[in-house]
Amino acid sequence: MGGRETDVVLLDENGIRSDGRKVNETRKVTIKAGVLKNASGSAYIEFGGNKILAGVFGPRDVHPKHMSNPDTGILRVRYHMEPFSVGERKKPAPSRREIEISKVIKEALEPAVMLEKFPRTAVDVYLEILQADGGTRCAALDAASVALADAGIPMRDLVCACASGKAADTLILDVNNEEDQAGQADMPIGYMPNLGKITLLQLDGVLTADEYKKCIELGLEGCKQVYEIQKNALREKYFSSGDKD
Amino acid sequence: MKKFESKKRHVLPGDFITTAPLRLQDNVVLEGKRVIATSIGLSDVSADSVRVIPLTGVYLPKIDDLVIGTIQYIFGNSWFADINSCYQGMLLGQDVFGRGSYPTASEMKERLDKGDIIFAKIANSDRQREPLISIADQSLGKIDSGELVKISPTKIPRLIGKHGSMIQTIEASTNATITVGQNGLIVVSCDETNGLLKALAAIRMVDEQAHLVNLTDKVKKMLESNGV
Repeated sequence: MGGRETDVVLLDENGIRSDGRKVNETRKVTIKAGVLKNASGSAYIEFGGNKILAGVFGPRDVHPKHMSNPDTGILRVRYHMEPFSVGERKKPAPSRREIEISKVIKEALEPAVMLEKFPRTAVDVYLEILQADGGTRCAALDAASVALADAGIPMRDLVCACASGKAADTLILDVNNEEDQAGQADMPIGYMPNLGKITLLQLDGVLTADEYKKCIELGLEGCKQVYEIQKNALREKYFSSGDKD
Repeated sequence: MKKFESKKRHVLPGDFITTAPLRLQDNVVLEGKRVIATSIGLSDVSADSVRVIPLTGVYLPKIDDLVIGTIQYIFGNSWFADINSCYQGMLLGQDVFGRGSYPTASEMKERLDKGDIIFAKIANSDRQREPLISIADQSLGKIDSGELVKISPTKIPRLIGKHGSMIQTIEASTNATITVGQNGLIVVSCDETNGLLKALAAIRMVDEQAHLVNLTDKVKKMLESNGV
């Protein structure tokens, strides 16, 4: 971030980005719901080069007991990068970055999940990053949301996420790894499309006030595109055979 | 009053169902004036109420539900049973031995031991404590024989069918006795192996195809055919 030196041309004269996308185009996203048998709910997402597996357990007993809340359930999220998910081996112990991302994903999901229906219990979300390519927190949030719905946890809305940012002085949608490293700004957004509420908003880099507004608008467009893919993943699992509405 | 479309629609969490001022039943929430689904399932709008019939989810104990549980351990004067929920069912010793009695640990163990399967009723369930279960009724108590099957608790109403049509169909054509717990556990007992296998296949079929129409007919067809 912050315009590191790079050989990669982030945006050519035709407005095409380093991976061949237009400025307002997301990477290819595929989601599959219910991929794990032993988890209550699960999802697998491929977001460009990102490959992420999400598993949800619960609601279940809280251990250690002192963490339980008699008024509501609690949500626990673990975002974890596999040692082989990046170019150079990553130590498997939770890093400062992973702990932070676990926290922001938890807080992005909490407004959607109706935990008050399950007092004294915990819902655990495990996110395993199998392969990272920039924008893992958004992709992980997308997968977590589908896995929670698959587990049958009551939700006010699905949470969809997509990043927008700035590279080569241009606002771009869905920042990839090179653009994240060498670009000027990265803004991950989590969004509940039916309720019109933003649940995650971070910004790394510098934007003017005008750019900031446009960047959010662009990011929300990306979120809506991802939302359709999330819905299709769930529809395919639950309504694929037989009559359709 | 606005006319409602009675057709059931497939919904996902967050999907808008109606703006009509109806009584909210299961798996729906009011956001402003909009009724929104909170679960994956089929929306069901009737003349005075709205709900979503879920296709996935966990069992939450409700008073008077009949459930099947497995005794996990004895603690003091109570048994604790796994009732396939996020909460454990608590069966009080006085419910079995009578009010005011103080059974010893060995007496408790003799009556119901770890691993025993019981058919019980949810006597009380609130947000503060573990749900209280009871076996004080003729039809309730320990289940001695049969095959224990687990299906998604959300599909139990489908397995029972309208006025018990589905379960009666399965029982009549296989001569099996099926004890259904609202918590997704079922005990099937049958003298003939073939009937037992057929009944199990029918239950599995309901679990897999609960969202499809004409399921009773399909199950009937499957039961009438010879193969399992």
